[in-house]
Amino acid sequence: MATTTAFEYAPAPEARDSARLRSHYGIFVDGAFRDGAGDAVQTIDPSNEQALAEVAQAGAADVDAAVAAARRAHDSVWGAMPGRERAKYLFRIARAIQERARELAVLESLDNGKPIRESRDVDIPLAAAHFFYYAGWADKLEHAGLGAAPRSLGVAGQIIPWNFPLLMAAWKIAPALAAGNTVVLKPAETTPLTALTLASIIAECELPPGVVNVLAGGPEVGQALVEHAGIAKIAFTGSTEVGKLIQRTLAGSETRLSLELGGKAANIVFEDAPLDQAVEGIVNGIFFNQGHVCCAGSRLLVQESVADDVIAALKSRVETLRLGDPLDKNTDIGAINSAAQLARVRELSDVGDAEGAERWSPACALPERGFWFPPTIFTGVSSAHRIAREEIFGPVLSVLTFRTPAEAVEKANTTPFGLSAGIWTEKGSRILWMARQLRAGVVWANTFNRFDPASPFGGYKESGFGREGGRHGLEAYLGR
Amino acid sequence: MSATASRPFLGDPASFRDATADESSLRRFLHGLPGVDQVGAEARAADLATRSIKTTSKAWAIDLAIRMVDLTTLEGADTPGKVRSLCAKAMRPDPGDPSVPPVAAVCVYPDLVGVAVEALRGSTVRVASVATAFPAGRAALETKLGDVRDAVAAGAHEIDMVIDRGAFLSGRYGKVYEEIVATRAACGSAHLKVILETGELVTLDNARRASHLALLAGADFIKTSTGKVSPAATPPVALVMLQAVRDFAAATGELRGVKLAGGIRSSKDAVRYLVMVSEVAGQRWLDPDRFRFGASSLLNDLLQQRHKLATGAYDGPDYVTVD
Amino acid sequence: MAAERLRVRKTYKLAIGGAFPRSESGRSYPVSDPAGVLLAHAAQASRKDARDAVVAARKAFPGWWGATALNRGQVIYRIAEMLDGRREQLAAEVSAAEGCAPGSALGQVDESIDRIVWYAGWADKFAQVAGSANPVAGPYFNFSVPEPTGVVAILAPQQSSLLGFVSVLAPVLCTGNTAVIVASEARPLPAASLAEVLATSDLPGGVANVLTGFTAELAPWLASHRDVNALDLTGADRAARTALARSAADTVKRVFVPRDEDWSRDPGLERLSAFVETKTVWHPVGV
Repeated sequence: MATTTAFEYAPAPEARDSARLRSHYGIFVDGAFRDGAGDAVQTIDPSNEQALAEVAQAGAADVDAAVAAARRAHDSVWGAMPGRERAKYLFRIARAIQERARELAVLESLDNGKPIRESRDVDIPLAAAHFFYYAGWADKLEHAGLGAAPRSLGVAGQIIPWNFPLLMAAWKIAPALAAGNTVVLKPAETTPLTALTLASIIAECELPPGVVNVLAGGPEVGQALVEHAGIAKIAFTGSTEVGKLIQRTLAGSETRLSLELGGKAANIVFEDAPLDQAVEGIVNGIFFNQGHVCCAGSRLLVQESVADDVIAALKSRVETLRLGDPLDKNTDIGAINSAAQLARVRELSDVGDAEGAERWSPACALPERGFWFPPTIFTGVSSAHRIAREEIFGPVLSVLTFRTPAEAVEKANTTPFGLSAGIWTEKGSRILWMARQLRAGVVWANTFNRFDPASPFGGYKESGFGREGGRHGLEAYLGR
Repeated sequence: MSATASRPFLGDPASFRDATADESSLRRFLHGLPGVDQVGAEARAADLATRSIKTTSKAWAIDLAIRMVDLTTLEGADTPGKVRSLCAKAMRPDPGDPSVPPVAAVCVYPDLVGVAVEALRGSTVRVASVATAFPAGRAALETKLGDVRDAVAAGAHEIDMVIDRGAFLSGRYGKVYEEIVATRAACGSAHLKVILETGELVTLDNARRASHLALLAGADFIKTSTGKVSPAATPPVALVMLQAVRDFAAATGELRGVKLAGGIRSSKDAVRYLVMVSEVAGQRWLDPDRFRFGASSLLNDLLQQRHKLATGAYDGPDYVTVD
Repeated sequence: MAAERLRVRKTYKLAIGGAFPRSESGRSYPVSDPAGVLLAHAAQASRKDARDAVVAARKAFPGWWGATALNRGQVIYRIAEMLDGRREQLAAEVSAAEGCAPGSALGQVDESIDRIVWYAGWADKFAQVAGSANPVAGPYFNFSVPEPTGVVAILAPQQSSLLGFVSVLAPVLCTGNTAVIVASEARPLPAASLAEVLATSDLPGGVANVLTGFTAELAPWLASHRDVNALDLTGADRAARTALARSAADTVKRVFVPRDEDWSRDPGLERLSAFVETKTVWHPVGV
């Protein structure tokens, strides 16, 4: 981390004022902000535990109202609107996000704790790009290969996590609206601010009232949404545990479901890999967004012949990571999003110790207030260890070794999850062989954690079903 | 660099000793180096370029960058007068501000070394000379070595040689190696910088191999470019060369330098490269003995930025000297 | 005058892993035509048979998926060839099972054969239709391909003993899945005979495992089996579907519920699409 060196980087904080933080945020129903039936809560900055704003919380009555508004908007306006008109609304939203990119980036980093470098360079541009991409589909749905006359489903209930608050909102809303559905979105309890700001952007873009509704609230709001009879489709991104609950709840119902759940991705480094880039890919794979990434490369599988070299270089690289103020433009590692998540990361790391794995972190001062965890690498991990099997969802890497490609595949696939995987080798035929063997929805070869609106994303096995992104992402929101 | 990075990627130090045993050993060694994925290297370089260097750290970096400049003139039209003017600027970059440090060296053609040595006498500024039939290097070895001996005899402290890119690209690594070794010998006590001309080597894999080849042959510095070929120094090439000296040091314990030349004109670029030096090779390379900028117009931009930092007002080109 | 030759009756068995066992439980159950005339005693598969079938399907999965699409297509086409050679036998069994006129039964067999041929042709085309090269905003080549979900448990339709059975099995096999399929409970005999057709069609053992027995008894074990990746509820009793789907959620199985059971309808891509995963692969483009 920022050790005492000659080249110290002076603080380079992004101006907090850019966030245009308001003291109070309402829920967004039928085109207007208002208070919810629940008791308002404070949302905090996880980097210092300071209150950011008061956020109204939805209750069951608000879910009813939002679903009713969305249904009206679908039946009376949005579902029947020519696709080219819907397209223009979505293009407007894309542009408006770009115009307010700085504001959204700062707000995201405040509410989530992620480094401004990531919210500025990844979350916000990708969110805009998703709207831009799906805007263009709105008037081309009959060419999507999903039937000659695909139709919207109705009201989509969308529940998103706290790790990429605005980006996940965009992933959900953009394809739903392009396909002619209307939306009731529930942002995560700890990160509602950018979704609510997106609601204000959507209002400014003059979308008809009710097309998009945003309900801040806790799990009970999500549950009410899932159980609501007026919902035609549920799209959920979050933990596998909750995903299973939702799938159970919807068993036997007509409600369509797509799930994007947890992962425990293997990032596989062969001896003939471009090793410097592999080290970058390992770092990006597990420390991007503090490891709060469902597709994080949380299991490093490295070929034994280069294991020592790779681990040494990896540690050396991790020592250059800068942990601290999320708003500092030079920060690489921000805050853990919540006290609860920090507790889970700590607990599983302690399990790693107890199971006999060797824990390493760089010398790294953690801020006194806020939720912080240093980048951590466990070596000497075996497949049976809990830290090699359970999703930690934090900056904790488990290192395992392998000898042959077949062994790498076996270790990589032996997990209930199947969201993503990484392959590092300069041998083309091996890349394609590995890519085929790995039971995962996204395979990054000689790169990791790349995202694009044109690229389908989603899991195998217990990592969920359905795809987001690309032509495939429309399928979840269209009926034949 | 921490002690943990014992010997990234290059295996046993013995492999270094054996690498130069014969042509086929050399080839095996160079082709055994890990590949460089261009996209990944470019992404890493771009990522480093997003570092935001402000206020005190910027001032520190600008002064360091000034101290790392090899102030260069390599024109057919060069004259003793031009060189003397450059030397004056090298010793006292800002005549109005004695707190500005002198640059590292002045870099000229061999026939003007004597002029530079005379003009810089008593200063800390070194005299560097390009040699070996710069920039193409297309001459007989004896001619090239004569070029080197002339420059050294005239008092050059540092020799910037060019490698035989044709030989490198056709896989005759032994020839490239032998020429560097011979030049190294001809340098005597002068420091040797080996210009790879990465713009002609094209790929980053080649840049990595050429870097290690030069380091094995005894280069004190590996240098990107002559400045006569585009592209010259680029962030991905700098990244790969910094990794090479880092890895070489980890394997052998010897610290060699990197010189970026050509195309670096702004303080912003210079500071970005220093960030790269710091984060890729390590703090030990933040020293004019281990890192240089071969440049001419860069110095004026550094001076203008220095002035801006000191006064808060943006500077204009009328307030720096023309050289 | 010679006595009328005594026919050799067939014992209807299960098909698991390329073998034709009776149920490990030793149980069988009487199968009658709609008029109540006994046709045969079919094997009544147990939960252990279901378990063995899943093991066989899992074991067969890498090989079947690893075969080229052309090869899968040819094997599926071979099923049609074999079935065509036994169309009269199957027609008689369908006629007996469903109580329909011989002409109608023959029509169903022919439709079944044609459906298999239709899916055989899809094997090496579906990836071209369902896959894509994705123009991402960066120096990467990015493509998506459909891959089989894995082991699919199918509850075959209860009414249409052959055409329905074929219509739910063929799309699952076409994309490289392996299957454990529970035949119509009351009309299992055509499916049991089809299993013999499958076994003589170059279909590797374990790719399609056919169970006869009580759907309500077997379905929960398949729905909860942790090594089953997807569940087709077509033949499940409507009242049972919710519980089965809920059980399937424990391992996030893909659960397919059909819109209707009109097997004369053009099947489209719905069933092919239901049992595939989309895999997206990224690679940098550089020199």
